[in-house]
Amino acid sequence: MIPTDEAGIVAAIQHAAGPLAIQGHGSKLAMLRPVQAAATLSTAGLTGVTLYSPNELVISARAGTTIAELRTVVAKNGQHLIAEPPELGALLGSDQPGTIGGAVATNLSGPRRVAWGAMRDHVMGLRAVNGRGEILRAGGRVLKNVTGLDVCKLLSGSHGTLAVITEVTLKVLPAPERRATLVLKGQHPAEAVAALSAALGSPYAVSGAAWLPGNLAALVPSLGGLGGNVTLARLEDFAPSVAYRSERLRAELAEFGAVEMLDDAASAALWTDIGNVSPLVHAPGAIWKISVRPSQGAGIVDAMQAIGATCMLDWGGGLVWVSGPATAAAHHAVEAATSAAGGVWTVMRAPDPWRSAVAVIPPGPPAMAAIGARVKAAFDPRGILNPGRMVAGA
Amino acid sequence: MIEQPEPLHGVLARRDSIVAGLRRLLPESGVIAEPLRLKPYETDGLSAYRQTPMAVVLPETTEQVAAIMAFCSSGGVRVVPRGAGTSLSGGALPMEDAVVLGLMRMNRILDIDYADRCAVVQAGVTNIGITQAVSARQFFYAPDPSSQLACMIGGNVNMNSGGAHCLRYGVTANNLLGLKIVTVDGQIVDIGGAHLDAAGLDWLGLLTGSEGQLAIVTEVTVRILRSPEGARAMLAAFKSNEIAGACVDSIISSGIIPVALEFMDRPAIHACEAFAHAGYPLDAEAMLIIEVEGSVAEQDDLLGRISAICARHDPISLKVAESAEQSAAIWKGRKGAFGAVGRISPDYLCMDGTIPTSQLPAVLRRIGEMSASYGLQVANIFHAGDGNLHPLIMFDANDPSSFHKAEAFGADILKLCVEVGGCLTGEHGVGVEKRDLMGVQFTEIELDQQRRLKSAFDPGWLLNANKVFPLTAALRAA
Repeated sequence: MIPTDEAGIVAAIQHAAGPLAIQGHGSKLAMLRPVQAAATLSTAGLTGVTLYSPNELVISARAGTTIAELRTVVAKNGQHLIAEPPELGALLGSDQPGTIGGAVATNLSGPRRVAWGAMRDHVMGLRAVNGRGEILRAGGRVLKNVTGLDVCKLLSGSHGTLAVITEVTLKVLPAPERRATLVLKGQHPAEAVAALSAALGSPYAVSGAAWLPGNLAALVPSLGGLGGNVTLARLEDFAPSVAYRSERLRAELAEFGAVEMLDDAASAALWTDIGNVSPLVHAPGAIWKISVRPSQGAGIVDAMQAIGATCMLDWGGGLVWVSGPATAAAHHAVEAATSAAGGVWTVMRAPDPWRSAVAVIPPGPPAMAAIGARVKAAFDPRGILNPGRMVAGA
Repeated sequence: MIEQPEPLHGVLARRDSIVAGLRRLLPESGVIAEPLRLKPYETDGLSAYRQTPMAVVLPETTEQVAAIMAFCSSGGVRVVPRGAGTSLSGGALPMEDAVVLGLMRMNRILDIDYADRCAVVQAGVTNIGITQAVSARQFFYAPDPSSQLACMIGGNVNMNSGGAHCLRYGVTANNLLGLKIVTVDGQIVDIGGAHLDAAGLDWLGLLTGSEGQLAIVTEVTVRILRSPEGARAMLAAFKSNEIAGACVDSIISSGIIPVALEFMDRPAIHACEAFAHAGYPLDAEAMLIIEVEGSVAEQDDLLGRISAICARHDPISLKVAESAEQSAAIWKGRKGAFGAVGRISPDYLCMDGTIPTSQLPAVLRRIGEMSASYGLQVANIFHAGDGNLHPLIMFDANDPSSFHKAEAFGADILKLCVEVGGCLTGEHGVGVEKRDLMGVQFTEIELDQQRRLKSAFDPGWLLNANKVFPLTAALRAA
């Protein structure tokens, strides 16, 4: 079912005889667990910007509006989507575009997350339909709002298991006038994380902090065949600020090695590729996303290399993208390394039977499992919205 | 007056055995039940409302909090969590039949990690205490509510506190990584950690701003940030609210996001100037305080751009600080605003709504009309970047009719905020103060959804009862 308005979503849920698979264009169906449902309910038919007030820094759009369209609309006013939501279709084996509803429902953020917050941090308001077929408004269209329980945060990242998001209101900000990237070459992950930590701990507002091994760096055109491992720090601001801060940061990072610079155009292309995880698009096997405290990122890379996996780092070492064999042994290695580091993993791409059988996200504390089941029932008492998407039987 | 429901008489009747039970869980000094010693806990920052609690407990460890919660929930005893008691919405207002759980003795900083840019602190550490602990290394904790000298991080989490710099750095929710909580039945749970973003449901996001309705927060992992090289302010005064509003629009549309963008109307300017002698222009109808960050050259560049924009809006005066001292002087009046209003009026209510910023001139006009019809003075302070409006309504607490008028005036302002597309509260929370207005912003279906969410965490509605949700319906859902 692809209703063209919210009333259609309400009707589809009210009349659902059984479980519904909830999606936009389905660009991210490969992540988490496959949903066993006889019917699919898509928000792809709910399109269009419903409010855009550039001077108030807010934009509202129906859930099926593509990220690409939204990006174009705000770019016309010199603004951007703060959390840099990635297009993960290619990585996840889909030729479909991501929608804003999907970006919020999965709370997936790009490189800027490390400095400017996640997708969910910029959701000012939502409209959604719960599993009872009721329309809910959460938040609003203003930048500061603490009225009532924060249902916006709860629905962001709930993967369609509590309610179907039909419209999203986001905070936007002016896009930077200029970008630049500082590049350190030949570093091992531990050295890279130390350098990125120094960069992120500097007063120069670094807004991207990544590391690629040589074999992945070679796949990124904007790196122009630099060769070898690359450690990358991005600056974005007015041109004079970027010029000044690049020089200061270059001096501060000198203890880690010689620093090369990438210009505005190369930086724009580079960080889009990092956000979209482009270097791993053609890698065979499974893909995991691991979030840990940044200083643990290098240890994860080492542990993954031991099982023959390839990794890249973002968020100053706090985000590890892992490409490895789609085997139970590899998954258990991810679980073990991530748990030991106090972080969380998410299975992003794997064969269906396999991802039905493993814990695609960590189980979480037992007390929250019981509360989580009651929260699910509070929104979706019949259990019809994306059942089993995150956890088997829930 | 906001109605306070009848206490649970069955619980009150068991008072002695409840206090005795609490004494078995805590050291001697950790339980307060003597009427005279309960006095300091009978109100919070919304001092017009007072109730003496049954007892106050002051745990020093998360394990003690867990024991208290297990004991209270098994006995059906309500619990009111409390930090420094600075809530302006009555979020920490006790109830006669409730135990106040004060977190102020849990005031230790447990870990600071500069490489990973985070700190783990107990709930009773003050907001400013976090920044002070990391300032020697030029780091800071970003959210800066006006009460930051006193207010505690546990309270900040529960109210999702903001401050003057949220346009750049976000509110509390945007600066947290993890929590240690105690559930209503006494289980200790770690939420999040030192990493970014949850893999499952965002409990951290839901608990932040939950006003003590869902769980007790005992520890918080916050993000700490490197301080900018410097910051400097400027002041711009205008002939009307409309012109000042248009100037804010022009600044934002030029692509500049100042770290602070504060608006004061004529009564606020006059009150602050009389108090602080900050050199504010008394002939202005509206004034902006604009702050930027960076190196001195970057500050010069941004303040130059902003001055040029202000100059196109027929300003009465423009004053760019040349030094940190001049910056402090510009801020002095604004930061003393509450004290300043306190000098002209024996009492005032500090309201807190949010409006779409484009609505400011119209909203100030309507507030002016209401001020005339209620016969009460009002001064308006506004976080112009994010739309958070703080009208200070002046009244005389010795005259009950004056207080009732002030409350009605405040309610009318908040209804107006919702009517123009905003919300009831931007940073102070609903608490007791705005509980009965929730129906203005939310439908019954939406409120019922939130009530079911509360019930999922607190099935017996023992946590901070009689707040946030309108009373009658709360009983129905419970």
